[in-house]
Amino acid sequence: MTASANSANSAISAKGLVKHYGDVKALDGLDLEVPEGTVVGLLGPNGAGKTTAVRILTTLLRPDSGSATVAGFDVVRQADAVRRVIGLTGQYAAVDEYLTGHENLTMVGRLYHLPAGWVADRAQELLERFNLADAADRPVRTYSGGMRRRVDLAASLVAHPRILFLDEPTTGLDPRSRLDLWAVIGDLVREGTTVLLTTQYLEEADRLANDIVVIDHGRVIAHGTSDVLKDQVGGDRLEIVVRDRSRLNEAAAALSAVSDASPFVDADTGHVSAPVSGGSTVLVEAVRALDSAGVEIDDVVLRRPTLDDVFLALTGHVAEEEPAPAPASRGRGRGRKES
Amino acid sequence: MAMTSPPTIALPPPMHRPVCGWGLHDGLVVARRNLLATLRNPELLFFSLIQPVIFVLLFAYVFGGAIPVPGASPEAGASAYREYLMPGIFGQTVAFAAASSTVGIAEDMSKGIIDRFRSLPMKSSAVLFGRTLADAVRLILVLAVLAITGLVVGWRIHNGALLATFAFVLLLLFAYTVAWVGVWIGLYMPNTETAQTAGLLWLFPLTFMSNAFVPLEGMPTWLQTFASWNPLSALVLACRELFGNPTGQLPGQTYPWPLENPIAYTLISCAVILAIFIPLAARRYRNSTSH
Ligand SMILES: Nc1ncnc2c1ncn2[C@@H]1O[C@H](COP(=O)(O)OP(=O)(O)O)[C@@H](O)[C@H]1O
Ligand SMILES: [Mg+2]
Repeated sequence: MTASANSANSAISAKGLVKHYGDVKALDGLDLEVPEGTVVGLLGPNGAGKTTAVRILTTLLRPDSGSATVAGFDVVRQADAVRRVIGLTGQYAAVDEYLTGHENLTMVGRLYHLPAGWVADRAQELLERFNLADAADRPVRTYSGGMRRRVDLAASLVAHPRILFLDEPTTGLDPRSRLDLWAVIGDLVREGTTVLLTTQYLEEADRLANDIVVIDHGRVIAHGTSDVLKDQVGGDRLEIVVRDRSRLNEAAAALSAVSDASPFVDADTGHVSAPVSGGSTVLVEAVRALDSAGVEIDDVVLRRPTLDDVFLALTGHVAEEEPAPAPASRGRGRGRKES
Repeated sequence: MAMTSPPTIALPPPMHRPVCGWGLHDGLVVARRNLLATLRNPELLFFSLIQPVIFVLLFAYVFGGAIPVPGASPEAGASAYREYLMPGIFGQTVAFAAASSTVGIAEDMSKGIIDRFRSLPMKSSAVLFGRTLADAVRLILVLAVLAITGLVVGWRIHNGALLATFAFVLLLLFAYTVAWVGVWIGLYMPNTETAQTAGLLWLFPLTFMSNAFVPLEGMPTWLQTFASWNPLSALVLACRELFGNPTGQLPGQTYPWPLENPIAYTLISCAVILAIFIPLAARRYRNSTSH
């Protein structure tokens, strides 16, 4: 196996990926490197091209131009070899509604050409690990959204993939299920699985990924560790609502004493926000500073930077939310009911 | 290569390639999935069984006496028509099963499970083989229910179990063949609703421009020519001969080759249609899922 010579220890390597859908340029020269054994988070707003990138890397879609290797195999020319070593959990659950959880997992195992007895044991083991043992013999149709996500993830793990693709694994999940899924992904990473994960949430990328790649309009606009990105964004955000609009400037002046960069004033809504560091003590300091300046406030919050803040910092504009993609003319699971 | 395997890899040794190849193995796995889905959807199964039964009753009692069967004695009347009719209904039923293949594959393609299949190292055509196999297997049940209904309304097998079994094998082969045409059509359907309608369209001329329900003698000449070369006519005639039912053909008269050699023509047609539509459908499947 010499195919990997060009990307010695990259589990995933993409160069200049371009993909059009009619007039829409979904990917516009995307480059990506995911070192073996790491987790990379692909972060971007709706319509940024995350799913398109994952579909190309998992051999479901051919790029218009550019090339990519996964585990050293070319995703177009050696698709079958790629499929042998990857697991994919798409944005929409890719399991059969009428089959039970156990039947879904054994079917997948058989299609990996693994022996029936081994597959049955492995299915049971995964169902237990994902808290689905009680529902193992019920059709997936009867599962809740969180259970579907878990059985879908289990299906992609049947053959112990070395490289796992997770496309927005927690979108639409309740906070509890989200935490459960994060824990599972954490375990997989500790076991040595390489993971490429897409998400719209900075918090999720921060929590799970070693490296974060921010994409917008099909191209990379920033990448680095979450600390590096956070430095660019400027840590937490302190946001206040000033009661008397005529005193906005005094409020901003008071806040600049505690913030890392000059505060951002929104005169229309009476909001003043500023990047801060130092956690809750800074909140106390800010309230004190405002108090001694005699500025009355209606509200004050300290929040983690969001994807919007990343975009604001990186591009100077807020992330443009594109409407969810229209159902594809040739069905490929878009626009289905799935939370 | 520089890659180190994760420490927990516990994969068993891979299976030996089966003698018949992975294509059949994977096709059977997918077929099993489709059959399980059928069993979990008993309402659909029930109505797919009821429909041909209603057909038998309608034709047997509504048209029964009105359609004379050439070659049958006048006093046989309605009962001759019922014997003549049953192979036609069998033929019509296996042909119309193609519509459920059209809908089935269109539905598959609109679901997330296709992404799962396509990310696995399986033979891609297994999705299509699994669909057509499952549809043909389901037809065994439909044919059994039909045969029982036929026996109730007076249809009989006169030539013994062996030839009758051969007739059912021909029917299933034909079902499997048109299922591939149905699948090919289904792969062009933008959604299940369209598939539901479009999947039926071609089946009406196929079944009604044949000898399935009425003898060819009453048709205009151009239609007779079409009907004589329609593979469904050959299938139905072959079944009539094998079951020992009235054929509607007059002794001493010469007919076009397919009607003189209905079994051979049925086998040849199935082989030709499969040879054309399996590659067409497989290519369409590959293209329609990777763009
Ligand atoms: N099948 C498709 N047909 C047409 N346009 C598509 C299709 N899939 C995606 N797009 C468009 O391509 C762009 C990128 O989509 P996608 O990769 O799904 O983004 P993300 O996953 O980041 O939300 C969007 O503008 C989307 O509308
Ligand atoms: Mg997406």
